[in-house]
Parts: sequence; structure tokens; C-alpha cells
Amino acid sequence: MRDALRAVFLRDILQAWRRRADWLTTFFFFIIVVSLFPLGVGPEPAILRVIAPGILWVAALLASMLALPRMFASDYTDGTLEQLTLAPQPLSLLVLSKIVAHWLLTGLPLVLMGPLLGLQFGMAPDMLPVLFYSLLLGTPCLSLIGAIGAGLTLGVRGSGVVALLVLPLYIPVLIFGSGAVEAVGVGTAPGGHLSLLGAVLMISLVVSPLASAAAVRVALE
Amino acid sequence: MSFNWFRYSSPQTFYPLAGRLAPFFWIAAVALTIAGLYIGFFVAPTDFQQGDSYRIIFIHVPAAWMSMFIYVVMAGWAAAGLIFNTRLSSMMANALAPTGALMTAIALWTGALWGRPTWGTWWVWDARLTSELILLFLYVGFMALHASIDDPRRADKAAAILAIVGVVNVPIIYFSVKWWNTLHQGSSVSITRAPSMASTMLLGMLVMVFAFWAYSIATALTRVRGIILERERHAAWVAQLGTE
Repeated sequence: MRDALRAVFLRDILQAWRRRADWLTTFFFFIIVVSLFPLGVGPEPAILRVIAPGILWVAALLASMLALPRMFASDYTDGTLEQLTLAPQPLSLLVLSKIVAHWLLTGLPLVLMGPLLGLQFGMAPDMLPVLFYSLLLGTPCLSLIGAIGAGLTLGVRGSGVVALLVLPLYIPVLIFGSGAVEAVGVGTAPGGHLSLLGAVLMISLVVSPLASAAAVRVALE
Repeated sequence: MSFNWFRYSSPQTFYPLAGRLAPFFWIAAVALTIAGLYIGFFVAPTDFQQGDSYRIIFIHVPAAWMSMFIYVVMAGWAAAGLIFNTRLSSMMANALAPTGALMTAIALWTGALWGRPTWGTWWVWDARLTSELILLFLYVGFMALHASIDDPRRADKAAAILAIVGVVNVPIIYFSVKWWNTLHQGSSVSITRAPSMASTMLLGMLVMVFAFWAYSIATALTRVRGIILERERHAAWVAQLGTE
């Protein structure tokens, strides 16, 4: 059981390592989107400092969404996904280890890069660790919720549908994530928001592997 | 002879039943709308605070209720279709989605029309308005997913999973938006305190609620007949319909 999960996980990491351009795209997309906002809004530091948490979080949502099709698509076309459904291990757990690998490749870079971009926006020093923790709790939620959308849109016509499915479901993560950072900005404790973000993570950790596995099975019928 | 509860779960038997029921709901919808609008526009008194602009609630409130209720019913049908593998349940979910999206759009539109004279703005990022907007996105996602999958049975199942995930998410979204709202803006606008309502206003609104119910059922039944014909067009009984 543990061997199978580890094998799926390591295989995804190895494949991503051999095709580095794939996940680096997500990473640079995040940086570029964040950098576009000062160009659009104007360089006033006071305005940028206020909107920074929201911008960073919206960019994280978009970057995470951009990476979703890669979660199952290549395994779907070459038949690996079908073999996984035939495996004796529960599909939901196999899917979960794919999600974990996906988060390490596309979510974790955003978590590490977030505080640096926050500095660019002139965020206060006490906001940066909170931004880090909120991204650390929030980006796994994005990968988990996104996996449902990625499974549902396997092999459908048109590539934009996944955005319509996933972005509305991302909204609570956006609110609690940017809310935690903004709370520090106005001088209140971010603990409540971070706790709620943790709660969302726990719920999606339970629901998402089951729903994603069901979605994958529907796609393979 | 015992009654067979599953008799009408087959498209073939449900198609004529829906055809018989739909006209009653259409008539009820038209009659109740005329009665409700008459009470709303001519009988109910003018509100002393908001003047006549409050009268939009006779459209707005029923539409907002239906928009939320239809989503739950739609998800229920979709879940039934997924669990029992009944084609008709999924067809019902599919038939309800456009009506639910329409109700959501009406609720948002009339809300904006009411907000302009009352709050002085078309839109505020109030918790209720925002969550209603997100509900519209959920409807659009459901319909877009269904439309983008060619095989109807696969589309049914995928859309059902999305609808169930959506139902789990709706309370989380609602509360997150509510808390977000209280963090960001003070109590500049309060629509939660319900003003005491004249009984004719309440009557007009209730009649309109029933009118919207009848309309939603009527459209769903009419639309499901179309969906049945489209999906079962290769079945023998549909071919026979044409010759009768």
C-alpha cells in the first residue's frame, strides 16, 4: 500500500523533473501576473501596500489553475490513469499522492516566492511571515480543490472550462488567505483566518480525493 | 394492486405525464403572476421610507429564493442520477439548471435596480449580493461542464459530482463572504433588519413566490420533455410519437 503510494508520488516527481519547463511555467506565470499589477495600477507605494495581499493571492489562484490540466492529462492520454484505477489500492489514495506531488511542484514554489514578492510591494515585516503561512496552508487547498476540476474536465472540448468550475470553489481560500495578511496590516491577529484556512484544508483533504477519484472514474468510462 | 413508485422514473412513462402536468403549472404561473402583480402594484400601500421603489421586491425576493432552492433541488436530482443511475433524474437536473441561472440573474438585476434609488448605488459588495453572484458562477460552471462533454451520460455524471461539491461549498462560501464583508466595510448598509411589513405587501409577495414556483416547475417539465426527446430520439417509442 505504502509502496504503491510512494511509487506514484516518485514517478510524478521524476517526470516533472525531466520536463522542468512544465512547472517552471506556473512559477513564472505567478511572478509575471504579480508584476503586472503595479504597471496597471501605478507605482504609488501606499496603494500597492494595501492591495498587495489580494494581488498575491489572486495571482496564486490563477497560477494554480493554470497548472491543473497537467495533473492528470498526460496520464489520461497514455493510459496510466486507467491502470491506476485497476490497481488493488484505493484510487482516492493514489490520486491523493498525485495531488501531493503536484502541490510540491506548483504550490510550494509560490509559497517560497510569495514573501519575496511581498517585499516588492512594500509589505510590513510582520505581514511577510503571515503571508508565508497563509500560502503554506492555502495552496494545498487549491491543489486539492483543483484536482476535482482537473478530473472532471479530462478529455472535454475546450480548455477554459476548468476555470469556470474551479475558480468559484477557490473563493473561500482567497478570502481567508488574503484576509489573514490584511488582518495584520490593520493591526489585528491573523489567527482566526489561519485557523479557518486550516479547516478548509482539512475538509478538502477528506472530500477532494474521493471526489477526484470519482471524477477520474467517470472520465474513463 | 400495489402502486409502483418507479413507474415514472423511466423517460418513456414520464414524457406523457410531464406533458399532462405542464399546462396546469403554466396556467397557475400566469394566473398567480397576474394576481400577485395586481396586489403588488395596486393594493399594497406605498412604503413610507422607500416610496414606490420597494415594489421590486415582489419580483426580487421570489427570484432570490428560487435561485437558491433550485440549486439544492438540482444537486439532489443530479445526486440521485449518480447514485441510482437513473437517466431521468439527470435529465431533471439538466432541465432545472437554466431556470436556476435565470432566477439568479433576475435576483441580481432587480437587486441592482432597487439598490440605485435606495442605497444610491447599483452594486455594493455586500455578503448577500456577492454570494448570489457566486451562485450564478456555480450554475454557469454546471452548464458549461455539461455542455463541454459530448457523451450525455458522462456529462450527467461529471456535472453531478460538480453539483454535489458545489452544495458542500455553498455554506462555506456564504460564511466566508459574510466574514470577509464584516472585515472590510462597516454597517453602512443594512438589509438584514427586516422592516415590519404591511400584510398586503406580505400577501403580494407570497402570491408571487407561488407564481415563481409554478413557473419553475412548468419550465422544468417543458424543458425535460425536450431533453427526453433529444436523448431518446433513437428509441422506438419516440419514433412512434411521430406517427400518431
